[in-house]
Amino acid sequence: MALPLVYNLESVRARWTSTVVAVLGIAGSVGVFVAMLALAKGFQAALVSAGSEENAMVRRAGATSEMDSAITIEQLDVIEEAGEVQRAAGGAMVSPEVVVVAALPLKKSGTDANVQVRGVTLRALEVHDKVKIVEGRFFTPGLLELVVGKNAKDAYRGVAVGDGVKLGGAVWAVVGSFDAGGSAFDSEIWCDANLLNSTYQRPAGIHQSVTARLSSPGALEGLQRRFAADPRMRVRVERETEYYLKASQMMTTFIRVLGSLVALVMALGAVFAALNTMYSAVAERSREIATIRALGFGAGAVIVSFVIEAMLVAGVGGVIGCLAALPLNGLVTQTMNFQTFSHLSFAFRVTPAVMGMGLLFGLFMGLVGGLPPAIRAARLPVAEALRDL
Amino acid sequence: MVHLGADGTDHLIVVRDVAKTYRRGNEELHVLQGVNLSVDKGDFVAFMGPSGSGKTTLLNLLGGLDVPSSGSITVAGDEISRLSRAKLTAWRGRHVGFIFQMYNLIPVLSAFRNVELPLLLAPLSRADRKRRVQTALGIVGIADRMEHKPRELSGGEQQRVAIARAIVADPSFLLCDEPTGDLDRHSADEILALLEKLSSDLQKTILIVTHDPKAAERAHATLHLDKGVLAG
Amino acid sequence: MKFLPLLFANLLRRKVRTILTVGSFAVALFLFCLLVTIRAAFNQGVDVAGADRLLVINKVSLIQPLPIAYRDRIQRQPGVKEVTYANWFGGVYQDEKNFFAQFAIDAETYRTLYPEFLVPEDQWKAFLADKQGAVAGKATADRFGWKIGDRIPIQGAIFPGDWQFNLRGIYTGRRPNDDLTQFWFRWDYLTEKAPPWAKNFAGWYTVRIAPGADAVQVARAVDEGFANSAWETRTQSEATFMASFVEQMGNIGFLMAAIGTVVFFTLLLVTGNTMAISVRERTGELAVLKTVGFSDRAVLALVMGESLLLAVLGGALGIGLAKGFTLAGDPTNGMLVSFYLPPWGIMAGASLALAVGLLAGLLPAVSAMRLQVVEALRRL
Repeated sequence: MALPLVYNLESVRARWTSTVVAVLGIAGSVGVFVAMLALAKGFQAALVSAGSEENAMVRRAGATSEMDSAITIEQLDVIEEAGEVQRAAGGAMVSPEVVVVAALPLKKSGTDANVQVRGVTLRALEVHDKVKIVEGRFFTPGLLELVVGKNAKDAYRGVAVGDGVKLGGAVWAVVGSFDAGGSAFDSEIWCDANLLNSTYQRPAGIHQSVTARLSSPGALEGLQRRFAADPRMRVRVERETEYYLKASQMMTTFIRVLGSLVALVMALGAVFAALNTMYSAVAERSREIATIRALGFGAGAVIVSFVIEAMLVAGVGGVIGCLAALPLNGLVTQTMNFQTFSHLSFAFRVTPAVMGMGLLFGLFMGLVGGLPPAIRAARLPVAEALRDL
Repeated sequence: MVHLGADGTDHLIVVRDVAKTYRRGNEELHVLQGVNLSVDKGDFVAFMGPSGSGKTTLLNLLGGLDVPSSGSITVAGDEISRLSRAKLTAWRGRHVGFIFQMYNLIPVLSAFRNVELPLLLAPLSRADRKRRVQTALGIVGIADRMEHKPRELSGGEQQRVAIARAIVADPSFLLCDEPTGDLDRHSADEILALLEKLSSDLQKTILIVTHDPKAAERAHATLHLDKGVLAG
Repeated sequence: MKFLPLLFANLLRRKVRTILTVGSFAVALFLFCLLVTIRAAFNQGVDVAGADRLLVINKVSLIQPLPIAYRDRIQRQPGVKEVTYANWFGGVYQDEKNFFAQFAIDAETYRTLYPEFLVPEDQWKAFLADKQGAVAGKATADRFGWKIGDRIPIQGAIFPGDWQFNLRGIYTGRRPNDDLTQFWFRWDYLTEKAPPWAKNFAGWYTVRIAPGADAVQVARAVDEGFANSAWETRTQSEATFMASFVEQMGNIGFLMAAIGTVVFFTLLLVTGNTMAISVRERTGELAVLKTVGFSDRAVLALVMGESLLLAVLGGALGIGLAKGFTLAGDPTNGMLVSFYLPPWGIMAGASLALAVGLLAGLLPAVSAMRLQVVEALRRL
């Protein structure tokens, strides 16, 4: 009892200019929608991927970010001795870290941007095992040497291996670069923690955070309870991934809110376009529709047929939109993470899930844009329309 | 045999005391009044009359495109004046074959597909449909043009396709609304000859509304409508 | 304008289509204004930067402070008229999500350097008299429903501990796009309660140069004065400083603009198509108009008039809604320092709407103008 699909396909083809317009309208909306989702996802991914499920991050209780935290030497000792912390050949897998912000000129504009500088020990590479040296070597503790993350290397001037960077009255030599798997670390510069502390005139021995490898992912609760019971340990312990999730929240929310606003407005425009196109189609085809109804096809069949037509067009638009946004995948862009106050590079992430949502979005627009005209088509006064010239 | 009167049984179509009134603002227009009619299977009836006489309205009522304000219409035992919209639609598909002045073919579909449309309402296999379409097209003499779209056919050819569509599902009767109105004399004669053939060779029941006296000549009987009243 | 009834009649013939087309215009203009607003928000710091103000920060890093002793030395530089200083406090009010900028300021000099912020005299006096006093920008005060006299507790992060302030004043701005989200309290209070390592430090200095002085020279002189010390400085104009922040914000602003442009042109395409369809449908009538005596030019003007009317209605609606939306406040709840649609944005939007109306109507209008009466009537 259904109208043949070929009727819809041929009708769409016969009115191809209007169809192209509707397809473009939907493609545009879907493309932007996917781009926004990919942007937010990419940002979040960059931050979250820095963390590992197996690591715990220890900061001072009440600190809002790494930067305003402080862990004393005594507290560091307690962490190193904790049973929940993994041991390796060299001792406890614990990485005390100092985090500051420095100004370096951007490659593309020459103006300064804030880059996150992390003072670490050799154990940092063990604890953050996703980080690999890809050029040169790691810095030697005690020497004024830097290693640069791959995104930082691309973003800033004068940080290639062999260059000298002026930081706080001394010149540091860039001895290597590392790849941290596309995470936030890739936008950082690492060096010796003690030297960094003195450069920034901080009291020696105080670190901002300590990242420790847990003996097992489940050991986190044990560690938290141990410190809660210890009056020396006024600290906050959380899984590294948790920390980074929160650290990205503000920006991700920001992108999502603005992006959703833009996408919503566009969707409205696209729906209007679809409605207009479909209503015009119904008007142009009123005689055909009346004939079909005269032949005996019911209102339901007509509605289904027009909705399918609208959703076909929307589907094509959705696919085109997703494909148009696809080249963005992997495109590295930069922004400032308000929470850490530093410049961050991250890549768009167009995942199948993101594209799936884009397609659904497009189909939904097709449904909304197709239903009212379809209902009008079904309600056309048949006898009149048959003779309507 | 068709006659004016709604008595007796065994008629295909019985129209009893039908009237149709339209409201226009505060006015009432009595388009049809006191129409009584019986049509038997195999009849070929022409309805003639000036514009505004109610011919089109009567056609719409007989075809189930409209319902009378009063009175009843019974076709093959079913009182269609009492059916709901949805049931009427389904009934129409099974019982009525329409032929219009402007052909009303779907421009984006080929002749074959146009003729196939009514068959989609029934649970037939693809092969069955194909067979029937080809038969119908053969009867109207246009089987060789079945892949063409309407715009590639002449007026006469398009009307043939429309007739094929009207007969393909073997409806109870055919309703023709000025079928030759848009055709030149030659094509009009061809179409009328075809209708005559359908009546005599295939015993189709045909009701035709027309201005064309030649069409009336071919019919078995002619009825006249004037100001909503049906007369012999 | 005697043809206006005719124009309206034509548009009202298909009400739904007219509503949808006007709606499309409104949506496109709303989007345009939204993007302009977002871009203006990103660039706000640059736009409001004082032409005669310099910022002095620690050369090594923005997050490093400068000794308070520098104040006098900077003041004594030739070319320097006035100096003030402030610290970034970075505390948490109730929840980390409730972000707003908190500054410990030098109450005596801050207002002179930042005359764009307005505080009623009595409120400012109360602030000067209360060491724990605070002044909040109207946007932040409204966001949390603060009233003068309220006690505002803030959890220190960089300067740990429970900090309590008394709201003594609420500031507004001279310009519609001034940053009204800041929270000021007193530097002397900060340095009194701060831990020893943080006492007597300023986060940065703001300098007003004397009229006629060369900003670049003064900046260089200041930095040279502190070169090779333990706390080297980097002095630049406020505009440059703000611009580098915008630079860091990076491509987000650009991306939005690019994307919005794509969509905008799509909507233009859609509207043009609608106009074309509408004209196609009315060929017969347009032909009749011509037989009645309308010249070809008149028919052209008629169709163009319809298109422009749609554009004007839709554009006004879209711009109006956008302005209303921006007046309702920042949808990101504090992440943007201002959410203001500047007049140039409105003008640009209006021009765009008219341009689209003209372009969309052009081809259909020309085809209507060229319509051959005999042809069209034959088709009837």
